[in-house]
Amino acid sequence: MSALDTILQLAYIVAAAFFVLGLHRMNSPATARSGNQLSAAGMTVAVAATVVLVATNPAQGLAWPIIVVGVVVGGGLGLYTARTIKMTDMPQLVSLFNAVGGGAAALIAIDDYVRLAGTVGAGGGAIDLQTVVASILDVLIGSVTFSGSLIASGKLQGLVTSRPVVFPLSRPLNVGLVVIALAGAAFLLAGNVSVPVLFVLILVALLFGVTLVMPIGGADMPVVISLLNAFTGTAVAMAGFVIGNATLITAGALVGASGGILTKLMADAMNRSILNIMVGGFGVGEAGAGAAVGGGPTGSVREINVDDAAIQLAYAQSVIIVPGYGLAVAQAQHSVRELADQLEEKGVGVKYAIHPVAGRMPGHMNVLLAEANVPYPQLYEMDDINPEFERTDVALVIGANDVTNPAARSNPASPIYGMPILNVDHARNIIVIKRSMRPGYAGIDNELYLDPKTGMLFGDAKDALTQLIGAVKAL
Amino acid sequence: MSATLLSQLTIFVLAILVGFEVISKVPATLHTPLMSGANSIHGIVLVGSMLIAARADNPLSQVLSLIAVAFAAMNVVGGYLVTDRMLQMFRKKAPPPPRPADEAK
Repeated sequence: MSALDTILQLAYIVAAAFFVLGLHRMNSPATARSGNQLSAAGMTVAVAATVVLVATNPAQGLAWPIIVVGVVVGGGLGLYTARTIKMTDMPQLVSLFNAVGGGAAALIAIDDYVRLAGTVGAGGGAIDLQTVVASILDVLIGSVTFSGSLIASGKLQGLVTSRPVVFPLSRPLNVGLVVIALAGAAFLLAGNVSVPVLFVLILVALLFGVTLVMPIGGADMPVVISLLNAFTGTAVAMAGFVIGNATLITAGALVGASGGILTKLMADAMNRSILNIMVGGFGVGEAGAGAAVGGGPTGSVREINVDDAAIQLAYAQSVIIVPGYGLAVAQAQHSVRELADQLEEKGVGVKYAIHPVAGRMPGHMNVLLAEANVPYPQLYEMDDINPEFERTDVALVIGANDVTNPAARSNPASPIYGMPILNVDHARNIIVIKRSMRPGYAGIDNELYLDPKTGMLFGDAKDALTQLIGAVKAL
Repeated sequence: MSATLLSQLTIFVLAILVGFEVISKVPATLHTPLMSGANSIHGIVLVGSMLIAARADNPLSQVLSLIAVAFAAMNVVGGYLVTDRMLQMFRKKAPPPPRPADEAK
């Protein structure tokens, strides 16, 4: 190894260390930003080392134009989207980055395989087994991630319907795709060198990505995005095995692990297995039925008006706000913060209780509230806030439904039984801002609304909050 | 199994374990920036894309590597910037002047 090579390899180690330290600093909101900057510095070191590597080796004629054009075009698009994206649209952007990352990883293996097939295959020889294994895994995982993430992104953006789409033969089709993929992989692993078979694998994997994500509904997106994130990391690590680059292996494995953990956390928060969500059992029929059931039981619901709600809130000692995705849909984050400011001026203690799956990706609600200038010490996780509900005067539920349903704790017959929920029903008073009595995503009636302690304030989240702010000010 | 592969597998397994260890401590508040930050890290695929671009000696390779470099660059640049944009919003105290202009968004 020449002196230069040694320096470059050391630079790659520095980059990997920066990635780990950067992620470590994500442990606290106070250090997270510097952590991301550290990670970016690591990336800069790795890319700079690669530039030197390319420059000091005999490169092909078009190497620099390809790199420069690619970086300018791709980097420009990244710059533009990162600057202009709305925080509510974060999940689709993350999904899009998963797609391009997985796509790039797959392309590396495709290019490598075609090149090796050209040199080795012509003489009737074989490509060594470890490269074939890594290439197949990279191509399969990368392609599934690419098409799956694009579909997920499209669903979140509203380009593809967010309702679960199940076509009649989807299960046999999926099984067929897996069988073809396994057969193709086995053929290549047996020592055969064939570019057409590789392209069949790519096609099958792309199709599989589509059929995997199409049947999944909008509310399950936190799990899907986490899983695709883990896939992308794994594909990148496989690309590292293909071209023998340890930095890709390290960074890819880190991301694979993080995506894996988040997938598990999200699935746990819904009390469902990852497999169950991917197969798309729950919510497939009910989501449609839920939309159709309009009225629901209205018998013993107590409706309150804005002034009653304002008085309850303003004369409380402590208020916990429980925001759900309905809040983000109504773009009411800023109104919530304004109401909280008003209440705090009157000496009311305000906290926010955030369920892990509030929003369309893990932690999404926290970002939306942070954007509305809610200080992060006021944002509480489920386990930390649940014991506090019984000491709380008013719980204000806005656009959240299933995550507050006591049936998850008490009714073994309920489809959401066992799902960890926010113990809103333990508060002394409960105010629910809701458009109508329509059941939530899971299509289940929420007995919280029938509780005598609960007052229902019907209306659009933003309108209702604006009126509340006015009423609280007038007191 | 070659020595290189063995050491690569060692790195792979250890990196996964380090990932689990480091990330399982991240609070739910930061899960979105964490995922977005991890997303930028898999932009390291840019390094691989540049390396295949450097040896691209036929039109197919050149096209494949161009797409790969563009994809990966988008991943890196967009990922880090948007993560930074999110993280700078996380404040311990509310900033004094509320900006009603933000409502328009």
